[in-house]
Amino acid sequence: MIEIEGITKRYDATTVVDDVSMLIEPRTIAVIVGTSGSGKTTLLRMINRLVEPSSGVIKLDGADNRSLPGYELRRSIGYAIQGHGLFPHRTVAQNIATVPVLLGWDKARIKARVDELMTLYQLDPEAFGPRYPHELSGGQQQRVGVARALAAEPNVLLMDEPFGALDPIIRNKAQEDLLAIQKRFGTTIILVTHDMEEAVHMGDKIAVMDAGKLVQYAKPAEILAKPASAFVETLVGASEKPFRLLSLGRVRDAVEKGTAEGEAIPGDASQRDALAELLWSGRPALPVKGDDGKPLGRVTVDGLVKRAARPA
Amino acid sequence: MTIRFDKLGVVIAAIVAYAAFAAPFATFRANRIVPGEARSMLEALPAATGSLLLATVVAAALVALLKTPLILRLAASVVALAALAVLIGVAGSFLTPEGNAFARISPASGFWLLIFAFTLLLADVLTRLNLSPWARVGVLVLAALAIGLLLASGSWNNLSILKEYANRADSFWAEGSKHVTLALGSLAAAAVVGLPLGILCHRVDKLRAGVLNVLNIIQTIPSIALFGLLIAPLGWVAVHVPGAASLGIRGIGTAPAFLALFLYSLLPVVANTVVGLAGVPRAANDAARGMGMTDRQRLFGVEFPLAFPVILTGIRIVLVQNIGLATIAALIGGGGFGVFVFQGVGQTAMDLVLLGAVPTVALAFAAAIILDAAIEMTATKRRVETA
Repeated sequence: MIEIEGITKRYDATTVVDDVSMLIEPRTIAVIVGTSGSGKTTLLRMINRLVEPSSGVIKLDGADNRSLPGYELRRSIGYAIQGHGLFPHRTVAQNIATVPVLLGWDKARIKARVDELMTLYQLDPEAFGPRYPHELSGGQQQRVGVARALAAEPNVLLMDEPFGALDPIIRNKAQEDLLAIQKRFGTTIILVTHDMEEAVHMGDKIAVMDAGKLVQYAKPAEILAKPASAFVETLVGASEKPFRLLSLGRVRDAVEKGTAEGEAIPGDASQRDALAELLWSGRPALPVKGDDGKPLGRVTVDGLVKRAARPA
Repeated sequence: MTIRFDKLGVVIAAIVAYAAFAAPFATFRANRIVPGEARSMLEALPAATGSLLLATVVAAALVALLKTPLILRLAASVVALAALAVLIGVAGSFLTPEGNAFARISPASGFWLLIFAFTLLLADVLTRLNLSPWARVGVLVLAALAIGLLLASGSWNNLSILKEYANRADSFWAEGSKHVTLALGSLAAAAVVGLPLGILCHRVDKLRAGVLNVLNIIQTIPSIALFGLLIAPLGWVAVHVPGAASLGIRGIGTAPAFLALFLYSLLPVVANTVVGLAGVPRAANDAARGMGMTDRQRLFGVEFPLAFPVILTGIRIVLVQNIGLATIAALIGGGGFGVFVFQGVGQTAMDLVLLGAVPTVALAFAAAIILDAAIEMTATKRRVETA
């Protein structure tokens, strides 16, 4: 659990972060969204004390984050940034081993952990371990960056626009990978982005920041349904709202009784994908199948359109 | 089939044509200070040998002129250089009258131009072969071995420079080691002081402009003037600081020479340290901090290794510059190869000047090649980081 209480950061006369308080539940993903200069990155960097706040307290699992020296605190918190920040003079394996080495793990344990993470990220330890970062593709570099952040099994992972430098297809894959790994390790993730689409897709809760203030902090559905201000409304994008709302739901939750013709759609797919498929193929309904391939029922255009409407 | 010319080859062939047919190959002088008489290639060598050398040089020039395979060009340049190196020694013996210890034979403009032309060809071939850093150092070692072998065999003993050397063999090595000590010692001192100073300048913005400006001003003081400026303060130190004089600190001599070289070395070392550290990718630095490296761990683990090739470039500049500048130290009694240069100038004995100048140039050249190779080796692994 991360408790941010009345955090303010001032540089001379400018207030970059203005009295922000929020609570992040353990094992969830909180996404901080805002435009450039909204203070979102500064807020993130105050959690691991790369930036010291002017006033306010941040507690990690009840303990003030100033109870340890800054560098020791940061070793216990994962940190991944845009442009990955890999060390160009160290191999992939050495990069991933950075924090374990700082913590003084023994060699066998470090090697085991590096191999485990690389395998998890679909990078063959034998082939990629001895390579240098510049020999990897952008997507591979990003994966190594996240693997490095997770190396010392941190409970909390801070991510600053981690997918910003990726092309759309690789970005989707990276987001899915992160969601899967978050489920697996139960890491608490705080992710900064300027992309509302990414926020809705990734976040258990979304914090919208504007000019240093926390404007709204709520579940994605609520942000979409009841934007707290005109700014949040703009950020959400009026024409995108129904589709973003649909993208939050799974097909299995919109299943109706009955059957339909054609290829079945998996229950895990998003409702938005189902609607797109229906509109594109010009059909009124699609069959739905479960994980085991058994039919669950069908989804209809009418049913999905109702779900895309503003919640009461 | 059309004949195609190599661009650089045209230049080389033109130089060779002039040097072989119009310029003197060797100079004959009755003693070490009178003006010399020119001797062409055919006059300077026994008849058959002279024609053979001329034919070799012309053939090599033709290989250079036309578009030919690299391996052939390599062979041509090496054979021509080797023939020239061996036969200039033969010319020395051939032109020296029997039993005459005063006559001086020295290589003349034609010889130097031929050496220049074929070295150019060799350098061009080596560049095109794209040699690895180790291979370049290997070529340097081979060349040094070949020259060492020629010197040891005594085949050059009748050339004027070596006659000057024979008269000064002891002092040559003493001054040589003083020269190297001055150049390397001042470099080491500059590194010990300059690296921390550069790191400090990188960390403390306010210090940077001031320190770099002061070092810039020092760099613009002419070396002779700097020696002069140092005489008074060092003289004062020698008199007033106990023990200073016994350490060899005096207004003239090695101390001011060392101090001047040290001061000149500081700017490249400090400036390159600052530039190198500033060039470390921001993201790498941020990640290092964010993952919990202490300032010291970040400096030695991330910043310094990444800045190292740039810092090494500064060290290379300093070393080559110091090897050259150390010749001036002789003016104020600091020793080094400059001793021969200034003695030679005083006696109008060009051969003596060369005895000081040639080893200096060779040292600087070798230092440049070795450090360039080192820079490339440290830089290759970490070349790309754009994000």
